[in-house]
Amino acid sequence: MVAKLKTHYLSGILEANTYLGQNYMIVETSIVSELLQVLRDQEQFDYCVDITAVHYPRREKQFDVIWILYSFPRNERIRVKTMIADGETAPSAVPIWPAANWLEREVYDMFGIHFDGHPNLKRILLPDGWKGHPLRKDYGIIQQDQEWVKINLGIESGQ
Amino acid sequence: MLEYIKSYLDSNTTPGQAGNLFWASVYILLIFLGLSVAVIAMNWLERKILAHMQVRLGPMRVGPHGLLQPIADAIKLLIKEDIMPSQADGFVFWVAPIVVVITAFTVFIVVPFGPTHAVTDMNIGVLFMLGVSSLSVLGIVTAGWASNSHYPLMGALRSSAQMVSYEIAMGLAVVSAVLMTSLNQTGTGTLSMIGIVQSQQVQQIWFAFKFFPLGLIAFFVFAVAMVAETNRAPFDLPEAESELTAGFHTEYSGFRWSLFFLAEYSAMIAVSSIAVTLWLGGWLRPFPHLLSGSTWDLVFSLLPGITFLLLGLMAFVGVFRMPKHPYFRVQTIGLAGFGVVLGLIGLLLFLPPVRDRIQDVFWFSAKVAFFMYLYIWYRGTFPRYRFDQLMKVGWKVLLPVGIGVLILTAVAGVLL
Amino acid sequence: MTDPTFHLELQEHEKTFLDSNELIINMGPQHPATHGVLRVILKLDGEKVLGTECVIGYLHRGVEKIAEHRTYTMFNPYVDRMDYVAAVSNGLGYCESVEKLLNVEAPPRAKYIRVILAELNRLASHMLWLGTHALDIGAITPLFYTFRDREEILKIFEKYCGARLTTHAFRIGGCLYETYEGFEREVKKFLDFVTPKIGEYEELLTTNRIWVERTRGVGTISAKDCIALGVTGPVLRASGVKWDIRKAQPYAAYADFDFEIPIGQSGDTYDRYIVRMEEMRQSLRIIAQAIDRIPEGPIMAKVPKVIKPPVGEIYHSIEAPKGELGYFIVSDGSTQPYRVRVRPPSFVNLQALDLMVRDQLVADVIAVIGTLDIVLGEVDR
Repeated sequence: MVAKLKTHYLSGILEANTYLGQNYMIVETSIVSELLQVLRDQEQFDYCVDITAVHYPRREKQFDVIWILYSFPRNERIRVKTMIADGETAPSAVPIWPAANWLEREVYDMFGIHFDGHPNLKRILLPDGWKGHPLRKDYGIIQQDQEWVKINLGIESGQ
Repeated sequence: MLEYIKSYLDSNTTPGQAGNLFWASVYILLIFLGLSVAVIAMNWLERKILAHMQVRLGPMRVGPHGLLQPIADAIKLLIKEDIMPSQADGFVFWVAPIVVVITAFTVFIVVPFGPTHAVTDMNIGVLFMLGVSSLSVLGIVTAGWASNSHYPLMGALRSSAQMVSYEIAMGLAVVSAVLMTSLNQTGTGTLSMIGIVQSQQVQQIWFAFKFFPLGLIAFFVFAVAMVAETNRAPFDLPEAESELTAGFHTEYSGFRWSLFFLAEYSAMIAVSSIAVTLWLGGWLRPFPHLLSGSTWDLVFSLLPGITFLLLGLMAFVGVFRMPKHPYFRVQTIGLAGFGVVLGLIGLLLFLPPVRDRIQDVFWFSAKVAFFMYLYIWYRGTFPRYRFDQLMKVGWKVLLPVGIGVLILTAVAGVLL
Repeated sequence: MTDPTFHLELQEHEKTFLDSNELIINMGPQHPATHGVLRVILKLDGEKVLGTECVIGYLHRGVEKIAEHRTYTMFNPYVDRMDYVAAVSNGLGYCESVEKLLNVEAPPRAKYIRVILAELNRLASHMLWLGTHALDIGAITPLFYTFRDREEILKIFEKYCGARLTTHAFRIGGCLYETYEGFEREVKKFLDFVTPKIGEYEELLTTNRIWVERTRGVGTISAKDCIALGVTGPVLRASGVKWDIRKAQPYAAYADFDFEIPIGQSGDTYDRYIVRMEEMRQSLRIIAQAIDRIPEGPIMAKVPKVIKPPVGEIYHSIEAPKGELGYFIVSDGSTQPYRVRVRPPSFVNLQALDLMVRDQLVADVIAVIGTLDIVLGEVDR
């Protein structure tokens, strides 16, 4: 399919498969930005549906960063996945799709993954001074940033 | 002393012109009371009519069908804490609502409820009314300024810009009506309110229908401009709640706010009176010449009484529809009492001596009441104009139309 | 504004404007017009908006984190609370995603029931949108009319599943509740009741000159910008792109029905209004077709009592009333999902606010927020 075309182009594609009718590709972090650009310009994936991440704490490369793209002319979706380690940065898709702006901010807010080239990488859902990244697996379900709560809300947070 | 009082009753001028201080004071008192009652009634009517337009009921609990709601509101406003911002300019803060109220009430000196039923009849009556109502802009700007906060200031400046722009359109419409008054034998027009109605009587046509459609267009220009002048929907951006600038009366609470509110309704009634006087024949009954004769006079003179009897009937219908529950007994009795009072007023208005005198007042009030209903109707129906669109309508639509109507009226007056 | 690579931040304006005539105004989280706890920081030059910055997160409840600590079935009620105005759509998306992961399909009867309820929910959501949007612009009456009619829909929901707003109507594998006695009759009566009402709303607003002036040319966004910004739903359709997931990638029996997708031309607020009104009518059409031909059969597929999908990931999206609502579920083979990501349409649509209100007046900001139809529960999750 399209995946075959890609393997001609770039050799960083680790896997391209279909699961339950949905196509996905696992690629190396180094070629991600190029690949996304190619996907938008040549393969007409002009709509960035979602950018998200998954945390696998026991893996060496702990985070999966996933871009879900959709192509209007083709009416198909594709998932591009890359694995990065804790502390590594992922390339930002904002120059390619402005939709990525807030989506990447949320990934940063929830996971702590920095995106290179993002114009305004700040926390979006949590308050600006919050410490910790909640969607990581080592963040407890009722854990809060006690310090922030005490300073800003003036209460002893406790559940 | 008694002679002094009685001497007026034989004259046929207004007390101001007759120089009779006693009757002038009586009239002033009557107007003051009547206006207060009218504002209270407007409060209730606005809430009820708006509610019924919005498929809901409005106040129902305070008194039968919410009739005592305005009194509850008045009491609430009077006992509310009087807050003044600490950085506000105290004297100006205190004086601003007073200025607005005084200007709103002063215009009623020249409003004619009948051929001699006005406090006085200045020969520049219309000019006086427009001029004094413009002074309220001063009150609004000082209110916004004195609040020492930039939201009310912006709201006040917007309000005043809007009022000033629409005054021009109002003025042009007024001038074209005044031009029509000069189409009599002597060729002189008049600015006096009573004179304008009398010239409509002499020319046997309400100015709204004169030189059709010119009179009508002038009337509509004035009708739109007067809604904008009083900051009512759809021109109420300066005081709308869902916009950022919260209006010049934000920092006012309690009694001071109620003064603004009083002034707003009085201004509405005042400009409606101008409209009624200039275009709708003031106190004249409909078709005084087409349906003339003593039988028609009798029929029309029975209408005030019939109106009040109908209102009483509506109250009784409400009584019958009240739930038959002991908790509602007080309300039922109250509403029945109110209905009885209305009915008695209606019967009173059938008596011949009262009937003849009350005619003019009744027709004038009925026409002004119609305008009040229109005001409430507009509020329920239209979305709000954005401020720049509002100014555009005032300057780019109403002003050229006003000028055009003026010129055409003048031409028509000369040619026809 | 056709270059899709622009920057959505205020700092850029500080570099270009040298005079400090700008005013920074905060439309705070508590404001009658911001449809929830949304804070918008506006940078104004007089009345003109130079830039905006949205501060969100006041309603962030950590739904995605909660999902990792609940089983699939236990997470179902949480999903309704995101876009609480259109709870049925949320539930539909989630149940369908998990069903896809399990590789089961809901039986046809369940699909039809799902379609009917989802379309009723779309109607309810659009009615609420219309009432609040008109209220922001100043027309205070349509709010009461739309809420009165919305009551009828909520009554049907209450009779069906017991709840009016957060319905929790569907289960993984189908529907739990059978349609109640008289469901078809009531829905048909409702359809007859509401069709003239939509005409009433249109009569009040569509040709009203003040409404047209307030909404024409306000908050325009071109199709290219929409696609670049990931905006979906009626906003995208009003800009001219004829794309609706119900037609492009049909789910849950939508392929059986005949309906149209309204599109607009200029992408301004007025077009979005017309598109949503027309969508309401199309929803009525779908319901009318569906209610006549609900197939008989079971309402629940054969799913195990304890739902343990095989290891894998899936992304499934539906056309919620607000836009493309997507669920990305990662399963690790246990009873609890490993990661649930909700792709919220309102969150992505809200990004477009900055572009849409550039160089417009302050009063338009409120109109544009209203026309984007955001629900903060979904923006913040």
